[in-house]
Amino acid sequence: MSTRLATDGRFTDRGKQIGFTFNGRRFTGFEGDTLASALLAGDQILVGRSFKYHRPRGIVASGAEEPNALVGLGEGARFEPDQRATTTELFDGLVAESQNHWPSLAFDVGEINAKLARFLPAGFYYKTFLWPRSFWKHIYEPVIRRSAGLGKAPHPEVRDADRYEHFHAHTDVLIVGGGVAGLQAARNAARAGVQVLLLEQTAHWGGRAPVDGGTIEGRDPEAWVAQTVAELEAKDNVRMRLRCMGAGVYDHGYALGYERVTDHKPGAPGPRHRLWRIRARQIITATGAIERPLSFAGNDVPGVMLASAVRDYVVNYGVAPGDRTVVVTNNDDAYRTAILLKQRGLDVPAILDARPMGGGALMQQARDLGIRVEAARGISKVLGGARVTGVAICDQAGGGSMLEEIACDAVAMSGGWSPVVHLWSHCGGKLTWDADGAFFRPDPSRAPTGADGKPFVIAAGSANGHLGLQEALACADGAGKAAVEAMGRRFEESPVPRAESTEEAALLPVWLMPQGARADLRMKAFLDYQNDVKVSDIQLAAREGYESVEHAKRYTTLGMATDQGKLSNINGLAILSDALGAPIPQVGTTTFRPPYTPISFGAIAGEARDAVFQPLRRTPMQDWHEANNAAWEIVGQWRRPYCYPRAGESRHAAVNREITATRESLGLLDASTLGKILVKGPDAGRFLDMMYTNMMSTLPVGKCRYGLMCNENGFLMDDGVVVRLSEDSWLCHTTSGGADHVHAHMEDWLQCEWWDWKVYTANLTEQYAQIAVVGPNARKLLEKLGGMDVSKEAMPFMTWADGRLADTPVRVYRISFSGELSYEIAVPANRGRAFWGKLLEAGAEWNITPYGTEALHVMRAEKGFIMIGDESDGTVIPQDLGLHWAISKKKEDFLGKRAQQRPDMARDDRWQLVGLETLDGSVLPDGAYAIAAGRNANGQRNTQGRVTSTYFSPTLNKGIAMGLVKHGPDRMGEVLSFTAETQDETRDELTTVEAKIVSPVFFDPKGEKQDV
Amino acid sequence: MSDVMAPMGGARSEGLISIEALPPQGQISLRCEVSDDYRAKLGEVLGLGLPEPLSAVEEGDRALLWMAPDELLLLLPYDAVPEMLARLHEAFEGWFIAITDVSDARAQFRLSGPHLRDVLSKVTPADMSPDAFIPGMVRRSRLAQVAAGYWLRSDGEAQVFVFRSVGDYAFRVLSLAAEPGGEVHHHTREAISEQDA
Repeated sequence: MSTRLATDGRFTDRGKQIGFTFNGRRFTGFEGDTLASALLAGDQILVGRSFKYHRPRGIVASGAEEPNALVGLGEGARFEPDQRATTTELFDGLVAESQNHWPSLAFDVGEINAKLARFLPAGFYYKTFLWPRSFWKHIYEPVIRRSAGLGKAPHPEVRDADRYEHFHAHTDVLIVGGGVAGLQAARNAARAGVQVLLLEQTAHWGGRAPVDGGTIEGRDPEAWVAQTVAELEAKDNVRMRLRCMGAGVYDHGYALGYERVTDHKPGAPGPRHRLWRIRARQIITATGAIERPLSFAGNDVPGVMLASAVRDYVVNYGVAPGDRTVVVTNNDDAYRTAILLKQRGLDVPAILDARPMGGGALMQQARDLGIRVEAARGISKVLGGARVTGVAICDQAGGGSMLEEIACDAVAMSGGWSPVVHLWSHCGGKLTWDADGAFFRPDPSRAPTGADGKPFVIAAGSANGHLGLQEALACADGAGKAAVEAMGRRFEESPVPRAESTEEAALLPVWLMPQGARADLRMKAFLDYQNDVKVSDIQLAAREGYESVEHAKRYTTLGMATDQGKLSNINGLAILSDALGAPIPQVGTTTFRPPYTPISFGAIAGEARDAVFQPLRRTPMQDWHEANNAAWEIVGQWRRPYCYPRAGESRHAAVNREITATRESLGLLDASTLGKILVKGPDAGRFLDMMYTNMMSTLPVGKCRYGLMCNENGFLMDDGVVVRLSEDSWLCHTTSGGADHVHAHMEDWLQCEWWDWKVYTANLTEQYAQIAVVGPNARKLLEKLGGMDVSKEAMPFMTWADGRLADTPVRVYRISFSGELSYEIAVPANRGRAFWGKLLEAGAEWNITPYGTEALHVMRAEKGFIMIGDESDGTVIPQDLGLHWAISKKKEDFLGKRAQQRPDMARDDRWQLVGLETLDGSVLPDGAYAIAAGRNANGQRNTQGRVTSTYFSPTLNKGIAMGLVKHGPDRMGEVLSFTAETQDETRDELTTVEAKIVSPVFFDPKGEKQDV
Repeated sequence: MSDVMAPMGGARSEGLISIEALPPQGQISLRCEVSDDYRAKLGEVLGLGLPEPLSAVEEGDRALLWMAPDELLLLLPYDAVPEMLARLHEAFEGWFIAITDVSDARAQFRLSGPHLRDVLSKVTPADMSPDAFIPGMVRRSRLAQVAAGYWLRSDGEAQVFVFRSVGDYAFRVLSLAAEPGGEVHHHTREAISEQDA
């Protein structure tokens, strides 16, 4: 059984006991434990079920590479699936549950899949669900969806209880990995005086060295680590973060760090995760190496673990994963596990060494301790189901005939080590095959390069393929100095720290155990634990022609689980290489992509949730709108009042009331969101003549002119009233949503094309509160406020004037978007709220009625005015909308002119703007199509037009609409059939509604009301 | 003046730093080339030297901020704006320059406290480290999802400005970034030893 030892546990504090539950059962652990070490201490060997076959699975590893021990962690608003037990620090009250089991972890119905394994081969999904076609939607897909995924998603109505944030950091050198290599690299960089940021994903500095032994500068590695950490912490130019994983490396020295701030103390104040957005001049990846499993039958039975992980649990947590542990290896390093276990008084029945001659000094040391060492032997298969009960041993050279059974309750395996090359590879670093170590290592001649074409990533230590302690330190020492040198700085000459560790004999690559394993053994030899990919699956894929490693990966799902193949990658492609008869470097690897391990969506979103999910732009009168029960319409990042329903009043009724009050007496609109862009300079007129389709340079000072803006493809982009402020300055009004875009559009042309034109622009949208005073009594209200002459004579339609009203500095524009007598009044934004109040107060005698965007829309539609985004959709040119009058024929050029001459733009059967009136007075559905005779190639009814705006007009007491219709203006009076929103059951298509083509100007066609 | 309401008037929050919305601030945007004759003329009218790129010059209740290679921002008392505008227009009659009153277009905040640089680093990608952002400097960058300007008045105090419509958003984001428990201890050494303690 796995159990807590009386000794060891350098991370745990035995004085501090912690209670937690797993699948409802109560366990205890110590402060400093991980969930995995505490489960092992409680003899909880079985921690989950595999994805496809629902096989019982146990803890394999001790760190980020763990494929099996994924749990659902927490409850309610803090529940999160797929959390690795090996990287989850234990805290009091932790609640975890195993995943992918039904009805219980110990007894699982899905395990029947394992019995059917020969019917669930590689590419099973692709092969099986093709036929019959109709089965996909109703049978296959629902079944697959139910069985897809390991963990369960949090409840859709539950909201994450925690907050998250970003942090931007700039540094000269970023070092990822706080093992001895990272520390040594940091030391050299720090001594040169450059800014250093050092990240370590776990809660401890030092990495593996304190577990693996040896000496550095004559001392225990742990002592050296403590001393080096202290030295670094004392330096002003060094920043160090624990619990912060280097997640990704991107272009130009950009990197992401994923800091788990309060995962180990849920509910503590502060953000749960912090995403570090780092700009570094040089990046050193000291990310270590990961031990590989061996591929033998039953290598996934709970109790089979990586040899290094067994060591970690003993030394770091004082936990022994088994009483009797068989060690199986192809290298010397795993002997350290056997020796350690033996020294702790635990039983090691045998070391099975696949190498014909066994190992070197470490083997001798093991033998001296009395451990039985069998060279040239391997495991034929592991005995036991829910946990290891023994191993059948065989000759590594044979097909798997059993020589002997050895009883044991744990197996420590080692297939060698693979450098963690992920971060090196993220931004294009290439790899080279190291035949001696049987792994891919970074190729320094093909490093990721920055904007200057020079490398910006340096791999250090075992991440660079230097597995020995001395070699790793020497490599890291050089990496620190190289990073300093790459920045053109001088590094301090200093000797490489001297390290000593037992010399190791060469490893023998072993990709399958035994070498000629029979089919039944290969079908139980797992490569990818999480996705249940076996040796036989890769071999089948190769036979079926999946020669590219990228194709074989997707076909078999090798390396596609949440661990992204950290354990399976090299083993899998070695099997593929063998099956294809091609050398491993020629087969290559799949692509390493960020993040290194999954990071939370919360960290990516940062603070952007709830009230600050997006900026909500507020006008100076927003408080008043909120206090007066506005219903909202989203316009860009603004929220504009849609209408102001009174108690018990529907929105529809509110809109009608607002329109009627405005048309009959007096309405008030907050138009502050309208874009206001100042264009000034000697070339401003010439510039605006290019920007707008109509002539703006000839507009007299004091006048206003409606203008259209097209993009270079000729399509209508924005519209608004342009005002001539002075000889060399114009103010361009834009749509509410278009202000920033139009300003950027102007600057683009000014900066990139007409850089020598003397024009400045300024976006003054936010400087002014703008209020439309609309209706027959508008002038009376302004006259009551007093301060300037707003009479028809002093201020005719389409003019403006500066002045004062109610003791407020104002600029008044005599413009109308409603067809009524109307003044738009701009006041400094700081005075907007007060001025709004004065208008309301003074307008009370005329029943002044604030109205929202819907009343605005209806009133403009009654007048046949177009709305950008309704009548235009990016494919409409002004000519389609009957706006020829606003397109200058005198001008040599304007943006869009040439495009509008293209045959498709100039053809005479484009859909054109008309008014539409239903015969029964009802409101046409928005977006409805006008039906034409016949059907198209897809069997759909042909169309000849569509509705672009449609409303109920309280003024006319009937539905009114605008639309684009083929030859529309020539077809006045004609009745068209439009698709309705109801279904005609007899014909399996929409019913229709009849509407007559009319003029789009429904109300006051002569414009008499606005010109009084 | 009672009609004049600054955006976010009076808003305050206390956390890792103090955040305070400032009363109305006179602001005049100047867009022109910064050649010798413009420099001389501006100096004459404003009585201020011209700031170097990424910096500000300050005297009494006036300051001139470098905003872009062809843009300066004059800060002055709100009530002094009309007179200054008149003087500028008169002095630059016939020159190619855009002189614009933007006093109401922005929300201004004063941020102060020992965690200032750490809190700012949560919301802006600009380098807020003591080596890169020294007192007197001005940076235009982002504040979470909106545009913002940062003027470091002293080591522990910054003036931050955003467009007025997003003043509320900026205030909320800054207040959230300054919530206790979110100490990062990245930029300040004293804070780091506090973490160790």
